[in-house]
Amino acid sequence: MATTRYTKDHEYVRVEGDVAVVGITDYAQQALGDVVFVELPSIGKDVAKGKGAAVVESVKAASDVYAPVSGKVVEVNADLEGAPGTVNEDSSGKGWFFKMKLANPKDLDDLMDEAAYKAYLATIS
Amino acid sequence: MADASDGPLLSTPLNALHRELGAKMVPFAGYDMPVQYPTGVLTEHNWTRSSAGLFDVSHMGQCFLIPEDKSFETAAHALEALVPADVLNLKPGQQRYSQFTNAEGGILDDLMITRLGFPGHEHWIYLVVNAACKEQDFALLAAGMPKGVTFRRADNLALIALQGPQAGAVVARLVPALAGLTFMTSTDVSIAGHWCHVSRTGYTGEDGVEISVKNEEVEALTRKFLADPRVKPIGLGARDSLRLEAGLCLYGHDIDATTSPTEAGLTWSIQKRRRVEGGFPGAGRIQKELAQGVSRLRVGILPDGRAPAREGTPVKAADGTSIGTITSGGFGPTANGPVAMGYVNRRFAEAGTPVLLEVRGRDLPAKVVSLPFAPHRYFRG
Repeated sequence: MATTRYTKDHEYVRVEGDVAVVGITDYAQQALGDVVFVELPSIGKDVAKGKGAAVVESVKAASDVYAPVSGKVVEVNADLEGAPGTVNEDSSGKGWFFKMKLANPKDLDDLMDEAAYKAYLATIS
Repeated sequence: MADASDGPLLSTPLNALHRELGAKMVPFAGYDMPVQYPTGVLTEHNWTRSSAGLFDVSHMGQCFLIPEDKSFETAAHALEALVPADVLNLKPGQQRYSQFTNAEGGILDDLMITRLGFPGHEHWIYLVVNAACKEQDFALLAAGMPKGVTFRRADNLALIALQGPQAGAVVARLVPALAGLTFMTSTDVSIAGHWCHVSRTGYTGEDGVEISVKNEEVEALTRKFLADPRVKPIGLGARDSLRLEAGLCLYGHDIDATTSPTEAGLTWSIQKRRRVEGGFPGAGRIQKELAQGVSRLRVGILPDGRAPAREGTPVKAADGTSIGTITSGGFGPTANGPVAMGYVNRRFAEAGTPVLLEVRGRDLPAKVVSLPFAPHRYFRG
């Protein structure tokens, strides 16, 4: 069964076997507004937990997407290049950003589960 | 630019209506303003280009210059000492775009100048200035008007803009005579029982009007317009993407106290008599630039790829030499891609010149293009 964890910067990481799918949460896409461009990391790149791994741009501004965990990028969602609005339409599904192989599965323990993330959202809205 | 961001936020008379309409409110130039409504910036932008968008621009500064001798020339001469536009030759009801310049020929603010056309008030001058600069502009006017010309703030007036290809039809449904009002002219009429000053102008590149009306009446008038299915409220987010595509300057970004009107590509707003005669602050620099050319020029810049280049992005020549900076940049919904403008060394200012934009450490290809990105669709009769 897939485990999903969340960061305070509103990224999610969904673990499917030994691969983790990274994207931004519904809260994040709503706060950003219409997404018009996504810059994805190159495949094979090592990304470090908490460091910028991708960039998402709305009409208004550019925002960094941080790697929720450390690891190696193994796949990127190339469909976002032609259809960045997918991030708004289906952030947790078809609007994923990249997939990575976890360097240290224990990184996940520092992140919030769904209940904790929901509680966190309640404190900031 | 005077920053009014300290202290409590001011609000316009439409603040409660924005909230009722579900707007996301943000601080802008010291005011609590709607950046977008629930449908979002893209939809609002496209709606304005295809139908009619309603903008609250009540945060902008409105004021009058009133000559005691009731001679328009008296007021016009007084204002010409502060701006490079030909004010003297304005016909009743006519409007012109201009700038307050400083002694170095830089721009203190840009503004709209109108000679009122209302009988008995044809000697009055009506000005609209930027919200962020209004206290500074009003101080300049108060100090700059000679004895015999009264500067009067119009804090009792709100301002709304109705913009888009259907805007003319929307106002003409209420006041048929407004159908014939042409670009950069104005009139004073009652709309649905509200006394209004209506200018055929705007900040989107589309046909449309700006309507000045009393603070206590603006909400009723706005609701009247919003009841028309062709009209939707539009926030500051789309206002910015619309004006960027139209190639229009945003003060504090594309123009400021260091850029001259000549460098900014605003020479068209300095009529021939003023170019020859001078007599406005910084005329020396501006006349020299008109004669000898500028060292840098504001141009349109179109990235080849999909990545937007934001304000502050360095512009380089093909060999990597720095040649300028982006002053406004983002995504143009009508252009369906990234669009930008900025200043480049004049040797690189010709349309078609390839340049590089340094975005997040990478040099992305782009080219210099002529503005606007979306063709102006003004109603000229």
